[in-house]
Amino acid sequence: MPRKKPDITAKRVNRITPSGIRRFFDLVASMEGVISLGVGEPDFATPWHIREAAIYSLEKGYTMYTSNLGMPELRRELSRHLKDKYGLDYDPATELLITVGVSEGVDLATRAILDPGDEVIMADPGYVSYHSCVSLAGGKPVMVPTSEKENFELGAGDIEKRVTDKTKAILIGYPANPTGAVMSRDKLAKIAEVARRHGLMVISDEIYSSLVYGVEHTCAATLPKMKESTILLGGFSKAYAMTGWRIGYAAGSKDIIAAMFKIHQYTIMCAPTMGQVAAIEALKSGDDSVSEMVEDYNRRRLFMVKGLNKIGLPCFEPRGAFYAFPSIKATGLSSEEFAERLLMEEKVAVVPGSAFGECGEGYIRCCYATSLADIEEALARMGRFVKRCKG
Amino acid sequence: MINEILKILENDARTTPQKIATMTDSTPAKVSKLIKKAEKDGTILKYKTVVNWEKAGDEQVNALIEVRVAPQRDVGFDALAERIYRFPEARSLYLVSGTYDLLVLVTGKTMHEVADFVTKKLALIEGVHGTTTHFLLKKYKEDGEILAGGEETKRQPVIL
Repeated sequence: MPRKKPDITAKRVNRITPSGIRRFFDLVASMEGVISLGVGEPDFATPWHIREAAIYSLEKGYTMYTSNLGMPELRRELSRHLKDKYGLDYDPATELLITVGVSEGVDLATRAILDPGDEVIMADPGYVSYHSCVSLAGGKPVMVPTSEKENFELGAGDIEKRVTDKTKAILIGYPANPTGAVMSRDKLAKIAEVARRHGLMVISDEIYSSLVYGVEHTCAATLPKMKESTILLGGFSKAYAMTGWRIGYAAGSKDIIAAMFKIHQYTIMCAPTMGQVAAIEALKSGDDSVSEMVEDYNRRRLFMVKGLNKIGLPCFEPRGAFYAFPSIKATGLSSEEFAERLLMEEKVAVVPGSAFGECGEGYIRCCYATSLADIEEALARMGRFVKRCKG
Repeated sequence: MINEILKILENDARTTPQKIATMTDSTPAKVSKLIKKAEKDGTILKYKTVVNWEKAGDEQVNALIEVRVAPQRDVGFDALAERIYRFPEARSLYLVSGTYDLLVLVTGKTMHEVADFVTKKLALIEGVHGTTTHFLLKKYKEDGEILAGGEETKRQPVIL
């Protein structure tokens, strides 16, 4: 008797729901003359000195694999950088791993620590990949609602309520995509206490750490006794406008990095060589470019947030990343309806908050990493649209 | 605060005080006041437009002229510099270190006009020992602006 045909795709993949707003994305891509506030990357090209360093490396023929862990020089520079920035000591030989963006870092971290059924606590709304990476690793995402009232910060009490025998880790990502929220040191310290009390790992995605405005970013690993139990994920994409280079890193205890390395060496081999060369240059002399870009973002941030409030989309003040997350509840539309109608009627693309979790419903994500002229025009169009909706 | 305003204006002189106030978390009245003050004390010299004349179909001839001079007692290079920069043909004038003393950027309608200025005026000034004229062949970048097609960022319209 012929055996029953197995499903072509794996159950754990099938369980991941394809992004519900794929159709909306396709719609945006098919339209002309759209002003997009829907992007999630800087509008600057990578600073020239970084590009130039990479071009030179290509001319010299640096086109081979690097060490699986990443180029030794890059790990040394990174170690120095983390020491300078946070006073943290990471051994470049055993406690740092160069990854293909933070995206790979999240995948490696979850796969390295999760057994089937293990739970990971994270914020809703939150970045789209957290949830899926945990599921793909066989774990179970446990969502903690966050709200505008609490500045979209994670509450330690809300986390503790959800800790079970199965809980393995807390996954945090601040400054946050999509809300632009930043966690205060005090609140983060309380989360660290919960983690310590229950022996949980903290996976901290700090890709936006350099993009904060008028506040300090707190690195989770700098909290008391947290270095050993934190998997710190960072990268170059947002700070140095290097999204396409795909370079990130993981910093953590020797054991964790060794576990992540096992997966990395068999699935990735090593991060792209030219990207690593560019990252070395970024760490060596990219600081001026970063502060210039941060100043520039800050002007646009103020312009965007004030503009949104003025047109009747109340917006909490985002202190990090490059997103504003205004409430659209007054229009009576769902965030997906709002985004689709705004696109069709006024040709402005924003991302419905619902793409980032149930608690994102009633909000839209507007990226201000776009030209001031475009922000101004987008605000004018959105103003007309909101007026019609409320009218 | 004023430096923040100057940075915005240097990038786009048409930015209104209203907009600057929004971007710097200030008030239009305060911004206007600071701008007035900067105009008065000469921090802001002038508001100009960067023009690509080639594109406008009105070609200019530009030349960089190295000038070797003898500095004079009491006034050093200043008196000679003034005699040169008073000519409207001299668009910019710098005192520089190195093998020559003054660098003049001269603009004219034709090569002939520029040559005339150098040979009949500049070179004849007392104290000018010699000149070397470099005609500009192509302008790639001026005042921080790339003239020959800047770079475009090609981003995907929506990225989470």
